[in-house]
Amino acid sequence: MILAFVENPADELSQQAVTFARGLGEEVTPIAIDDPVYAPAAWAQTIAEQIERRSPSAVVGPGTERGNEVLAHVAAKLDQPMAANCTSVTPGDPATVIRVRWGGSLLEESKVHGAPVLVTSAAHAVAAEPIADLELVAVSDTVSEADRVARVVDRVEASTAGVSLTDADVVVSGGRGVGSAEGFSVIEELAELLGGAVGCSRAVTSAGWRPHTDQVGQTGTKISPEIYIACGISGATQHMAGCKGAKRLLAINPDGEASIFASADFAVIGDLHEVVPAISAEIRKARGT
Amino acid sequence: MNILVCVKRVPLTGGKITLTEDERAIQTRHLGFTVSPHEECGAEEAIRLVEQHGGSSTVLTLGPPEAEEQLRDMMAIGIDRGIHLVTDGGEWDPQATAEAIVGAMGLGSEEPYDLLLFGNESADAGNYQVPIRVAQALGVPCVTGIKAITVDGDKLRCEQEIPGGRDVYELPMPAVVSVKEGINLPRYPSVPGRMRAKRKPVASSQPARPESKLEMVRLVLPETSSKQAEVLGHGPEAAPAVVDVLQQIGVM
Amino acid sequence: MATSESRQLPASQRVVVIGAGIVGNSVAFHLTQLGETEITLIDKGPLPNPGGSTGHASNFIFPVDHSKEMTSLTLESMRQYKGLDVFIESGGIEVARTEERMQELTRRVVSARTWGIEPVSLLTPEEIKELVPFINEELLLGGFYTPGAGVVDSLRAATIMRERAVEAGMTVSANTEVVGLDVERGAVRRVRTDRGDIEADRVVIACGCWSPRIARMAGANIPLTPAVHQMIDIGPAPRFADAKGMIEFPIVRDMDTNMYERQEGTGLEIGSYAHRPIMIDADEIPSIEESPLTPTELPFTQQDFELQMEQALELMPEIVGDESVGVKYAINGLLSVTLDGLPLIGETPEVRGLWSAAAIWIKEGPGAGKTIAELMVHGESEIDVYDSNIARAYPHQKTKAHVQARAAEGFNKMYGIVHPAEQWESDRRVKLPPFYEREQELRAVFYEAAGWERPHWYESNAPLLEEYGDRINQREAEWEARWWSPIINAEHLALRDRAGYIDLTAFAVFDIAGPGALDTVQRVAMRQMDVAVGRVVYTPILLPAGGFKADLTIMRIADDRFRVVTGGGWGMSDLKWFSDHLPTDGSAQVQDQTNTWTTLGLWGPRARDILSSVTSDDVSHEGFPFARWKSIEIGPLEVIASRISYVGDLGWELYVPIEQGARLWDIIAEAGMAHGAVPVGAGVYGTTGRLEKCYRAYGAELEGEYDVVEAGMAWGRVKDQDFVGREAHVAQRESEPAAHMCTLTVDDHTSSSGLKRYMLGGEPILTPDGEPITDPKGRRSYVTSAGAGPSIGKHILMSYLPGEHAQEGEKLQVEYMGERYPVTVAVAGSTPVFDPDNSRVRS
Repeated sequence: MILAFVENPADELSQQAVTFARGLGEEVTPIAIDDPVYAPAAWAQTIAEQIERRSPSAVVGPGTERGNEVLAHVAAKLDQPMAANCTSVTPGDPATVIRVRWGGSLLEESKVHGAPVLVTSAAHAVAAEPIADLELVAVSDTVSEADRVARVVDRVEASTAGVSLTDADVVVSGGRGVGSAEGFSVIEELAELLGGAVGCSRAVTSAGWRPHTDQVGQTGTKISPEIYIACGISGATQHMAGCKGAKRLLAINPDGEASIFASADFAVIGDLHEVVPAISAEIRKARGT
Repeated sequence: MNILVCVKRVPLTGGKITLTEDERAIQTRHLGFTVSPHEECGAEEAIRLVEQHGGSSTVLTLGPPEAEEQLRDMMAIGIDRGIHLVTDGGEWDPQATAEAIVGAMGLGSEEPYDLLLFGNESADAGNYQVPIRVAQALGVPCVTGIKAITVDGDKLRCEQEIPGGRDVYELPMPAVVSVKEGINLPRYPSVPGRMRAKRKPVASSQPARPESKLEMVRLVLPETSSKQAEVLGHGPEAAPAVVDVLQQIGVM
Repeated sequence: MATSESRQLPASQRVVVIGAGIVGNSVAFHLTQLGETEITLIDKGPLPNPGGSTGHASNFIFPVDHSKEMTSLTLESMRQYKGLDVFIESGGIEVARTEERMQELTRRVVSARTWGIEPVSLLTPEEIKELVPFINEELLLGGFYTPGAGVVDSLRAATIMRERAVEAGMTVSANTEVVGLDVERGAVRRVRTDRGDIEADRVVIACGCWSPRIARMAGANIPLTPAVHQMIDIGPAPRFADAKGMIEFPIVRDMDTNMYERQEGTGLEIGSYAHRPIMIDADEIPSIEESPLTPTELPFTQQDFELQMEQALELMPEIVGDESVGVKYAINGLLSVTLDGLPLIGETPEVRGLWSAAAIWIKEGPGAGKTIAELMVHGESEIDVYDSNIARAYPHQKTKAHVQARAAEGFNKMYGIVHPAEQWESDRRVKLPPFYEREQELRAVFYEAAGWERPHWYESNAPLLEEYGDRINQREAEWEARWWSPIINAEHLALRDRAGYIDLTAFAVFDIAGPGALDTVQRVAMRQMDVAVGRVVYTPILLPAGGFKADLTIMRIADDRFRVVTGGGWGMSDLKWFSDHLPTDGSAQVQDQTNTWTTLGLWGPRARDILSSVTSDDVSHEGFPFARWKSIEIGPLEVIASRISYVGDLGWELYVPIEQGARLWDIIAEAGMAHGAVPVGAGVYGTTGRLEKCYRAYGAELEGEYDVVEAGMAWGRVKDQDFVGREAHVAQRESEPAAHMCTLTVDDHTSSSGLKRYMLGGEPILTPDGEPITDPKGRRSYVTSAGAGPSIGKHILMSYLPGEHAQEGEKLQVEYMGERYPVTVAVAGSTPVFDPDNSRVRS
C-alpha cells in the first residue's frame, strides 16, 4: 500500500498528490494530521510511526513548501532518501523517479535506493481529484518535546500598505525608454491603479532615475507577478532573468522587433508615454471613476 | 552570534540550457557561476545579524575547487571566513551533503554555531531537505522558507510567508533556518570588500563521497512551447484591449 | 519570431547587410543616402540590441590618435553622432603616472595639432583635480585634456540610422540567422537564412566578432579574433547622487595602468586593457539563447581583474574605496581585434561582391559605415582607408595563429606608448628571405616588412662609424634613438661613396599576362604603358577622383606580359586593384609572383664596376640605359636586371628565382668586397636614401587625399589612352594645386633642455608665429616623412604646403614634443636636395 500525506484536503496540490499516488498501482491511504498547529518535525514523527505501523511501499506528499518540508523531516528521521517534486515514479528496486530541477527548466531521472520510497509530486504533474477516503491521524503522543519546538506560534495577517516587488500581482516596469526620473509618473500611476509595484531596468538605476530596490533583473530583484507590464524596456537578457517568473508579460515598446517581444504574451507597439496614460484612463473608465 | 551559512555554486544560466554529452550535467562552457539566490540572501542575513548583534560569520560550500570563487564572493560582501568541502565536481545527494556539512562543524571556527543558515532550496537540484537533515543530525530545531528573522536574546523569531499573511515561529538557539529570497536585498560587493575577501581565511577538507541513495541517472530537457506574442494594438488605441486582458486575468 | 507580425524576406536585393550593430546600420543608412535603397538588413539577434559588441560597448570617444586614418574616421563618426543628437561632450583626460607617459602626452598634443583637433591642453595634477574632484592627483604627473571627447549612445544611433534607412526603402529582418552564403564563379550570389534565401550580388558582413564565421561560409577570410575586454560598473556613489545629467565629469584614461574610469548617472564604469590577453574563437561564442546576458558579455573572471581593482582604488579612492558602493555589473566583454589593430574594410580579396565591415569600434562606426558605402557605390571614399583595407593581409597573416598572436601582443598596447618604428615581437620569422643566413652572420637587425624578416641595418657595419666620424650625428634623446642606429647613416654614406647591396625580397611582384594585358595596364596606370619590351616605367596608379591609389614600377616583359613591382606594405591591396580592373572577357590574368622572385638591389658609384666584374653582358650606360631591364647572366644565374633606383644612385634591382637568391648574394658580396661595397639595410632604402632624393612614398606623401599635381609628379604630357582617374587628373593639371609637396630641412635641433631632438614624422608645420598651416582644401600641413640626410648633413622633412608657403627659402617651424624648431623650405616640387640634376642615377 501507499501512504499519501495530505497537507490540506481542500488544496489542489494535496489532491494532486493523492491522484499521483493512486497512479502507482497500489492501494492508497490518504492521511492528514489532525492538528491545527503546524509543527513539521512533530507531524513527520507522526507519519514515521504510521509508516512503521502500516509498512507502505511508498509515501507521497504534495509538492508544496510544507509537503516537501514534512517529507524531508520524515526522510531525515528514517535516514532514507527522498525525492522532491516528482513528475513520475516507476516502482522497482530501486524505484526510478523523474523530478524537476531548475524550477522546471530541467528534469532529472534518478534512482531512489530506499524503502519506503519517499516522494512529493510536482505541481500539476497530474489532475486533482476530490479525496473521499481521507483518514485523520492525531499527532502521536510519543512525539518528543524537541520535535515540538519548531511550531507556528502566531500568525500575522498581510499588511495592505505598500506592495513589494516580490509580492506584487502586478508589476509595471519602465526602462531606458521612460527617458527621465519624472517620466516614471505615468508608470507609478498605472501601478497604483492596479495595486501593483513599480519596477525598472538596470539602465534606469544606472541613470539614477529610480532606487536600486526597484530594479528587476539578474542583478536586481526577481519577481513572479500575475502580469508584468514592461514599458520601454528592450528586453536585455539580464533584465529578462529577473522577470521570467512572471505568469504573463505585456510589453509596450515602439520597436516592433524589440527582443522583449520574444518573451512577451501580449504586445503593444507604441510609445509608452502615449500608451500607458491611455491604459490608466481606460481603467478609470471601466471602473467608472 | 556565531553564524554558519551554507551556499552552493550553481551556473548562471541563460535563456536556454544545454546538457553535456553524457547528459549528467549542464553545459557550462560559456556560463559564469553564482550562489543560489536564496543562499545569497542567507549570507546577507548572516552579515546583517552579525552587524546588529555582534559575533562572526562563516560561509561553507561543498563543491569543486572552483567553488572557492563563491566563498570569496560571499566574503566580499562581509562574511568573515570560509569552509570549503572540496569535491571532484560530481553530484552529491542530499544525505551525503548533509553528512559532509555536519562533519565540518568545528572546521572553520572553534566556537559552536548559534545559527546555521541555508537557502530554502538550491537553484539547480531543488531537493528541499539538506537543512532539515543537518538539523536532525545536530539535534536542533529547524524552520524553512523564512522571510524575516529577529533575534531576542537567545531566541529567534522567524516569519514564514503563507497565503494571506505570515506564520511565526519562535526557536531557541542553536537552530537551523532556511531562508527565501525577499528576506533582504543582498548588497553588492564593494571594491574594498572584494580586496579584503582575497585575504580572508578558508579552511578546507576533502570529504569522501558516500554511495548516492538518491542517484541521479541523467538529465532531461523538458519539451518547450515557443511563445508568440499577441499584438494588442498600436499606440494608445490599444488601451481597451489591454484592459480586457487585465480583467480576464483578474488583476483589475 | 518576436511579434506575430512576421515578414517575408524579399527574393532578391541589390545589397544584403548582415549585422545590425552600429556598423551594419551605418553602412545600410549610408547606402540609402547614396541611392542604394533595395537593401535588406538582417541580424540573427533581436533589435535594437542584437547581442553584439555594440550592446555593451563603453561608448566613449577620444578623438586624438596618432594615425591619420583612424583620426579621420573618428572625427567623421563624431560629426554623425552629434547630428543624431546622441553625443554627450563630457571631455576626457588621459592621465600620466610616469615621466615617459608625460612625454607621450606631449606627443598627443602634437598629433591633435597635426590633425586639427582643438582645443586640447596639458593639465597639471591640480587642474585635473578641479575637473575630476574625486581623483587622487598625488599619483599623477599631469594629464592631456580633450574637452571635445565624449560619450555616445551607439545603440540609439544605430536605431535612428536604421529607421531612416527603412524610411528610404530598406527592409529589416531581425531574429534571422544566416546559414550560408552561395558563391558562383568567385562572386557572391545568395544569402541563405533560416527564414529563406535572398539573391544579392553584394553582401556586407558587419558581424563584429562573428565576422570570421560568416565569411568562412563563402570561403572568404576576415582575419580578426574576438578578445575579452573586462569592465565593471560600481555605484551608486554618494558623490554622484546629485548629478544632474547622465555624464557630468570627464572620462579618465589611466594610461599607465591600461584602464579607464568614467562616471555615468550615479555609477562609475571601470574598464581595462591591462589583463592577460584572452582570445576566443569566433566559433566558441555562445548562442543568444545560451547566454546569461548577451553572447558578447561573457562571465567575468575576477582573478584577471584583481590588480585593476587596486589601481582604480588608488586613483579614485573616494568612489572606488567607498564601502557602500557596490560592484553592480562585471563582464568579460568581447570586442574584435586584428593583426595590426586596424579595421578590416573593403571587398574581400577571395570573393567578389562580399564586403567586410569588421573590427570597427564604436568610435569609428558611423564614419566607417559611410566610407564602406562610398567604396561600394563609387569605388573610392572621401576618407582614404588604405591602412584598413582588408586586402592588405598576406596569406600567412590571415591564419588564426598569426591573428591571435598579434592580437594578443597588440591588446596590451591599446593604451601603450607605441614608438612609430616599434616592431612586433610575436610570430616573427615566418617569411625568411633567401639571404637570411648571410644576414644573420652579418648581425643584421631585422624589422618586419610585409611579413618578411628584413635587415634594417647591419651591426657588422659598425666600423663604418669610425670611418665617417663627425658626418654621423648621434641621437641624444632616448625616444629618437629607439628603433634606430647611427649605423644606418654610415651605411648610407658608404653606398653614396662606393656601393651597397640591399635585400628587397619583401617586394610584391605580379604579372599581368594575356592578350588583354596592355589594355589592362593602360587602364590602371597613369603613365604610357605601350612601350617597348625592355622598358621599366615608374607610374602613379590613380583613384577615380585623381588621388593616389599606388605608385609602382611596371616592366614590359613581353608584348603580352607586364611585371608589376610594388612595395610589400600594400602589395596585396595593389594586386587586388589590378585584379578588379581585369577585362571581363578573361583576356588577361594577374599572376602573383611575390614568392617566386627575390630581389637584391645594388647601387652606388661602384655598382657598374661590381656588376661588370660578374657578368659578361653589356652593363655600360649606353648598352644598358636607365629605366630598362635586361636578362643577364651572373655566373650560373639568369638574372633580370632592372636599372632603376629608389636611392638615387647608379645601380640595378637584380631579380632571381627565390631559391637562387643566396648564390646571387654570395657572388655580389664577394665581387663587391674589392670595391668597398657593404650590405645596406632598409633604414637607408626606405628613409635616408629616398628622402635626400625627395622620392615620395605611398602611405606617407602619396595617398588618396592628394593628387599627382600636388605631389609634384605631373611631369610629361597626359597619355591619350583612358585610364582610371584621367578626367580628374586633367582637371587637376589645369587648376592651381591647393598644396605643393615640399622638402624642408631643420635649421636648429636644440631643445630647451639643450638636447638635440629629431622629428620622426607626423608633426605639424607651423608659421613663424606658431599658427597651424591649412591649405585651401582645409588640410593641415604636417610632416609626411622625416629622416636624416647624411650626405647633405641635414635632417629632412617632407610636407605639403599651400602655395604661399611653398617657396624655397621660406622660414617656418615644426612642433615636436611640445617645442618648436625652425625649418626652411629647401625645395618646393620634386627637385632633389641631393644631386639635384640626377647625374648619379644616370651616369
